[in-house]
Formats: sequence, structure tokens, C-alpha cells
Amino acid sequence: MGEEVKLFRTWSSPFALRIVWALKIKGIEYETVFEDLSNKSPLLLQYNPVHKKVPILVHNGRPIAESLVILEYIDETWKQGPLLPKDPYERAMARFWAKFGDDKVLTSIWSVFIKQGKEQEEALVATMENLKFLEEEMKGKKFFGGERIGYVDLALGCLANLISIFEEIVGLKIVDEEKLPLFYSWMQNFAEAPIIRDNWPPRDKMIVKFQALLDAAIASSSSS
Amino acid sequence: MAQEVKLFGMWASLYSRRIEIALKMKGVQFEFIEEDLQNKSPLLLKHNSIHKKVPVLLHNGMPIAESLIILEYIDETWLDNPILPRDPYDRAMARFWARFIDEKLIWISWDAFSSKEEDQGKAIEEACKQLKALENELKEKEFFGGDTLGYLDIAAIMVASWFGVMQEVMKVELLTEENFPILCQWVGKFVDCPIVKECLPRKEKMVEFTRVLLKDFLASK
Repeated sequence: MGEEVKLFRTWSSPFALRIVWALKIKGIEYETVFEDLSNKSPLLLQYNPVHKKVPILVHNGRPIAESLVILEYIDETWKQGPLLPKDPYERAMARFWAKFGDDKVLTSIWSVFIKQGKEQEEALVATMENLKFLEEEMKGKKFFGGERIGYVDLALGCLANLISIFEEIVGLKIVDEEKLPLFYSWMQNFAEAPIIRDNWPPRDKMIVKFQALLDAAIASSSSS
Repeated sequence: MAQEVKLFGMWASLYSRRIEIALKMKGVQFEFIEEDLQNKSPLLLKHNSIHKKVPVLLHNGMPIAESLIILEYIDETWLDNPILPRDPYDRAMARFWARFIDEKLIWISWDAFSSKEEDQGKAIEEACKQLKALENELKEKEFFGGDTLGYLDIAAIMVASWFGVMQEVMKVELLTEENFPILCQWVGKFVDCPIVKECLPRKEKMVEFTRVLLKDFLASK
């Protein structure tokens, strides 16, 4: 049967990148629809009326939103190159770490980037605590998925790019190779994997974008 | 092989009630360990060292935390009476709406319950929009899971219980029969299910508990 797979994304969304990677790992043909979030298309609003966000995967006309939900859908629909482990306990652990990534890790790293002064210091402490848990989880493994990139690697993967961008903009070390050697190597290994390396958004564009976000945040906090 | 299943929970935590419902639906024998959340046991802190929360399922000594993740683990481990649908798209929809409840609906509804008077109208309007989106997901079905309870029904215990409790404590109407006839009908069917009846704490107890929990907030209003 002719499969029709479309991915609604933006050029920089780290959540959409997860889906790009998953589709490429599985060798799935798809069409990309780039969205401008300041001017959302009627299709986006129709396909994701609840959150009005990207990414959205549309498979044979049926939309799925929320990147981790999409990853599981992809894994259950296309069986080659499995992303989640087979064993129920390991699957539960993979889901746990992906959720921890979204709820805690990304949040604290974002705070390190966007906040100043005491709030930034506190965010750095929280980030260190969070990354230590991931460091522990990495023991004896090349990727969170083991020998191959898996669901957790895709979930956390944007960090392998974003962290260095944030570090450059704010002039702070977030991941110290000495303090988090395993997590640091994971970032290198992940970023250099061919499918990943070939799909990062352009770094210079990312620096401009995030610098602008930071400038706006500083401006609005000093004017209030 | 002898299965050892323990559930660390707390009587007023709807998240731990979700797990009780799922285990009972599957006919799994388990030991319930009631936690005092003001004085968490060393075992709980050991088995959920990251979040230090209930529920935690301990299966043959292996801990799993986060209620929606535990539900999926239960479904993948005990295969009778599946709680998630078979079809990948239906599974994706169930997961989407369960996350919607936990990550969006509850918070927006909390805003509606707790807003200052001047902001409340807008907050209530927003919460009603979200509730309507969830109600529309029921469509013509008895339950979110179809003819019988499923994963999303279990997740939606928050809708069946928390809203009623909060409406009484905060004296704010949100989920009314007038505005949400289909969702309220679902609530009635849900709380009437024998297994749910066994697992759901009495509303009066929950109201009393919530009043105490929110006493500082209520005093400041």
C-alpha cells in the first residue's frame, strides 16, 4: 500500500528533530512541511488543535502529535531498526528516562540559559544533579540504547547540540568532561553518528536565534 | 515463577489509585504499602530516588515509577484483559490524551480553581475548552477504551474524582452536567464500575483531605 508520511516541523525544533532521526533510522520516506510558528498554517491548527505545536506526524492522513508519542507510534508501525527495547522492564526504564529528560533535564538546562544571577546558579546546581543521574545510567554503555541509538538517545539527543550552543552564548560550562565523563562521551558519540550529524540545524542560525531569545528575556526582565 | 508485586501508594493519591485499578483489572495479586508522604519510608526513597513520589510498583524487586509508565508496564507484563488498544494509531491517541490530562488539563484547571476573582472568568473559559476537547474524544463510546475500561479511562480518574473534590473545596463550578453532559455521563459509568468502586476513596474523605492540604492557600483567599 502507498504510504503517505508527512512531518510538520520547524527548522530548529529539537522535538521535531527526534522524529526526523527516527524516520531516517528506520529508512522511512516522508515529506517535510516547514511551519512558521508566528503564522501557523490552517493544516497545523487542524491537525493539532489541542497544543497547536510541532512536530506533527501525519500518516495516511491521520495526525499524531507530541514527539514521544510519535516515536512510540513510529516504533510500533515500522518494525525495522527498533527504538525501544523488547523487555517490558527495559521499556519502562526507557520511557522513564525520556520523561525525566523532558520534565527535568531540558527544563533545568533551559533555565541555566535563560535566567540570570541567583536563578541561574540554582539552575546550574539542579542541572548537575539531573545530569549525574544520566551519568549513572550510562555506565557500561555507548548509547542509552546500548550498542545502537535508541528511544532515550533520541529523546535526549538535542542536548548534544543545544548544550554547546548555550555554553557559547552565555559563556558558562554546563557539561564538564571531568565531572561527567560518560555523559560527555555520549554527547560526542551521538552527535557524530552519521544520521544525527547530517541533520543538525545550521549552527550559526541557531546561535542567532537563541541569542535573540536571551536578549528578549533579559530586556523583559529588566523592564519589569 | 512466584511473582512478588508491591505497590507503594497513598490512599488520597489518584495516581496510585490508577495502578490499583489496573492491577485488579488484570487479576494481579499485590501488596499495598501505604506511604505517609510527610514521612516517606526509606524503601520508597530507595526505589524512587529521583522523584521520591508515589506510586512505585515493585515487581520481583524491580521498581518502576511514574503512573502512566507503570500502566504500560503492567499491560506489557500481564497480557490478559489488555488496557491499551491494539492498533498503533489508537494507542497513540490513548497516550496523547493521557498526557494531555496530566500535563495540560490538570494545570489549566488548577488555574481556574485557584485564580483571583478578576482572572477567574478567563481561566474557567480556558479550562472548559480543554475539558470539551477531552469530552469530544469520547465520541459515541461507553468508555474511552470502547465497551470496557481502558488505559485512558484509568488515566482520566483525575476527571472522575479530582474535579468533583476541587469544585467542592474551592467553590468553583467547572465540570457540570449542563456544560459537559457526555463527560459527566462517563464519570457516572466510571465510578460505578465494580473495580473502580473498590479503589476510589470516598468523596467526603477526599474533600476533607484536600481542605487540610490547601488550608494555607484557602486561608489567604
